[in-house]
Amino acid sequence: MLSQILYALPFLAKGFAITLWVSLLVVVLSLIAGVLLGVGLVYGPAPLRWAVRIFSDTIRGIPILVLMFFVYYGLPAAGLHLQSFWAAVLALTLFKTAQVVEYVRGAVASIPKGQSEAAMAIGLTFRQRLTSVIFPQAFRRFLPPWINGVTDAVKGSALVSLLGITDLMQAINQVIGRTYEAMPLYILGALIYFSVNYALSYASRRLERRFAFIRD
Amino acid sequence: MATSSTPALLDIAEVSKSFGQVAVLRSVSLQVAKGEVVTIIGPSGSGKTTLLRCVNFLESYDGGSIRIDGKEVGYRDAGTRQRRSERDLAAMRAETGMVFQSFNLFPHLTAAGNIMLGLTKVRGKSSAEARAIAEHWLGRVGLAHKADSLPAELSGGQQQRVGIARAVAMEPKILLLDEITSALDPELVGEVLAVVRSLAEDGMTMVMVTHEMAFARDASTRIVFMADGGVSAVGPPKEVLAAETTNERLRTFLARFRASHF
Repeated sequence: MLSQILYALPFLAKGFAITLWVSLLVVVLSLIAGVLLGVGLVYGPAPLRWAVRIFSDTIRGIPILVLMFFVYYGLPAAGLHLQSFWAAVLALTLFKTAQVVEYVRGAVASIPKGQSEAAMAIGLTFRQRLTSVIFPQAFRRFLPPWINGVTDAVKGSALVSLLGITDLMQAINQVIGRTYEAMPLYILGALIYFSVNYALSYASRRLERRFAFIRD
Repeated sequence: MATSSTPALLDIAEVSKSFGQVAVLRSVSLQVAKGEVVTIIGPSGSGKTTLLRCVNFLESYDGGSIRIDGKEVGYRDAGTRQRRSERDLAAMRAETGMVFQSFNLFPHLTAAGNIMLGLTKVRGKSSAEARAIAEHWLGRVGLAHKADSLPAELSGGQQQRVGIARAVAMEPKILLLDEITSALDPELVGEVLAVVRSLAEDGMTMVMVTHEMAFARDASTRIVFMADGGVSAVGPPKEVLAAETTNERLRTFLARFRASHF
């Protein structure tokens, strides 16, 4: 049994690399899009605010799986053919972006109005108020839910296996298909996912302490 | 005191403002000359704080004009009421300092950092210059040893003194003080007022809203009594605070005030 698993390790490692690659793409792309749209939701002109609000509410109201199948199997009807890998990344990114938008909105809204007023009163422009006063404070409140969301993204990436992409989850299933060693392989898979997410949680606690305004 | 021969540093002319149906400022006019300390008193809801916030355009206003050093504050032109650009507004606001009731220090910056932010970002000073200025002003307010403390590590009185230092370090033409001792424990009020008094002695032009009547009487050149969104009485402290005033609203206010504070 052990030799069979050892034999499969390089294959599992390849799957794990795909899992990390999908997660990284989704996390980075959704961070960029989510921050831009989130700031637009708070400070943008009315049409942009409505558009972002509708986008976010719609996406968050749909199960990721439905979204993924829609992008992969539905969009070709509209003339957009994506490889399964990019269809999966797009769907997961859309889903994650809608969450990041809400984290950004919540974090920015939690900064008291007096902070912008004090920043205005010393003559900072809108952009300076955001970069020097609002964002540094909002960042601290954004961080904990966002890191939670990152671990969700790593776990959620397992769904890409349903589009036939050989990520860690799919690799495990294939090895089980050959070896019939379901239990040890699922435990191995769980341990790998857990290790990644535990490392992320640990890093996030360090970061939160780093950005706390009250020193220990 | 401002007269027609010496142009006022701050010239508020017939300013009016409504929040929806409620008129909060009704044609308010007030001139403040350089070096004056003008205190605005009045019952809550009389428009004191709103007026103060209009002076640096934290609030817009619907009619009239506010000029500092002859320059229209929030609008390109009082007639067209076309709002100034964001950049213009920021530059205008840098000319007026404001100290807030709730301090509003930036919690992620140290005491010195709070003061340095405007100096570096708005005044274009190097951080070494800004640091030196911050230390100078922290010394002035008695907090030289707290330069590297975060706001959360300071008492309310200390935070407010940093708030004052942050405002005056920008060398504003006029300093606006909005009930700056109202959020403080009584034993911390004195240290903050002492700082204001020393600024007044240096000739800083100030407009303040306060409930500290004794301080208003001793430190102001003039007192403005506001009621129902208008200036109801204005004059030297002795006149305005005189018990035998014929102004009905003022007499009621002072009587109620004395009853509750003494």
